[in-house]
Amino acid sequence: MDDLDAEDRLRFEQLVLPHVDAAFNLARWLLRRREDAEEVAQEALLRACRFFRGFHGGDARAWLLQIVRNTCYSWLEKNRPRELMVEFDEELHPRPVATPESIAMADEDRERLTRALESLPPRFREVLVLREFEGCSYKEIAAITLMPIGTVMSSLSRARRQLYSVLTNSNHKEAAREV
Amino acid sequence: MRCDFADSLLQGYFDRELSTASAAEFERHLQHCVHCSVELVDMDLLSERLQLARLYEAAPASLRKKIYADLRPVAPATAMSRPLLWHWLAAAAALLLLAIAGWKMNSVPRTDDYQVELAEEIVDAHVHSLQPGHLTSISSNDEQAVKGWFKGRLAFTLPARDFANDGFALQGARLDVVEDRSFAVLVYARAGHLFNVFIWPTRERDTSPRLGSRQGYQWVDWRKGRIEFCAVSDAPTSDLQQLQRLFTN
Repeated sequence: MDDLDAEDRLRFEQLVLPHVDAAFNLARWLLRRREDAEEVAQEALLRACRFFRGFHGGDARAWLLQIVRNTCYSWLEKNRPRELMVEFDEELHPRPVATPESIAMADEDRERLTRALESLPPRFREVLVLREFEGCSYKEIAAITLMPIGTVMSSLSRARRQLYSVLTNSNHKEAAREV
Repeated sequence: MRCDFADSLLQGYFDRELSTASAAEFERHLQHCVHCSVELVDMDLLSERLQLARLYEAAPASLRKKIYADLRPVAPATAMSRPLLWHWLAAAAALLLLAIAGWKMNSVPRTDDYQVELAEEIVDAHVHSLQPGHLTSISSNDEQAVKGWFKGRLAFTLPARDFANDGFALQGARLDVVEDRSFAVLVYARAGHLFNVFIWPTRERDTSPRLGSRQGYQWVDWRKGRIEFCAVSDAPTSDLQQLQRLFTN
């Protein structure tokens, strides 16, 4: 990061670094593995720093998340191209696992939700994460993903419906297994 | 079976993204569409479940460390080189010690380096205050109640003001100790960010706001009318500057 002078660097620290959590969280949910997310988030931050001169005000979080997202997709293309092609990954479809009874219900649900989310195609996972975890408005999601607002809305609709059906489906399976 | 309305308006209605007119139109539809009503409830349950599960994953400390390490080296001649910066910091620290000693004797005026150093201590105090139960000793958005709480605790008049109309809602106040000195702290909230404004008496002249950042937190420090202020938050600097202007106006 030797392209920034001291003043730009201070500006970068003030505007962009407060959003490191958001960057990591998005990468974590897009890539599903924390080690990969850490690597890619770091790369995205480096990229952001390199092109920071091109950033003239505006929403720094949306700008950074756009870079994180593009870095994630290019990483996926290089390392796990199959994931980008599948509409719905059967292999990742959550299978009910026997959880030790000692684990609290909340943890169990957390586990189940994590697997359900991870089974969605990345494009759906992404809008859900931005909306539900990051609290982004449709306009912000559109700016980050470069989708029209109408597409944001329909992706959210499909993503929610699919998540819901995956969850209810796994509940049924679990219920069936218990019987 | 799914309702035609569902895809176009249901999501927008649920996410509160519809215009008032569209929302009203959708509500009329809701009165006689069971599918949409049920789906809204399902979406709400799902959303609540996602929130309760606390799936948000903050950046691990190792990532922050790496990013800061990436940021450190500064090559261009325009910027201060690292060793130089350390010398400067060492010198500043030495000056600081003098300044503290001087300030305690009320004889030597403080340097601006001290202002930065103190601001960084204040950032640490801000971070500490975010732990459960540390933020406020009195939680109230009532200016008089907050002033009343400080009565007898301070040797100056505290400008306790609620800026809720300008987006900064007063949350309360506390006394905090930084470098063995007491500070009055007003706490504000805006858009999910907390702001601590440290306030103490000074002998110095008014100064224009000075900005800085530390570990992803921003601070702005200024003096006005023999009172010094230092506001800290993880919000963007522009928010802090706005808060500073509210105090000065």
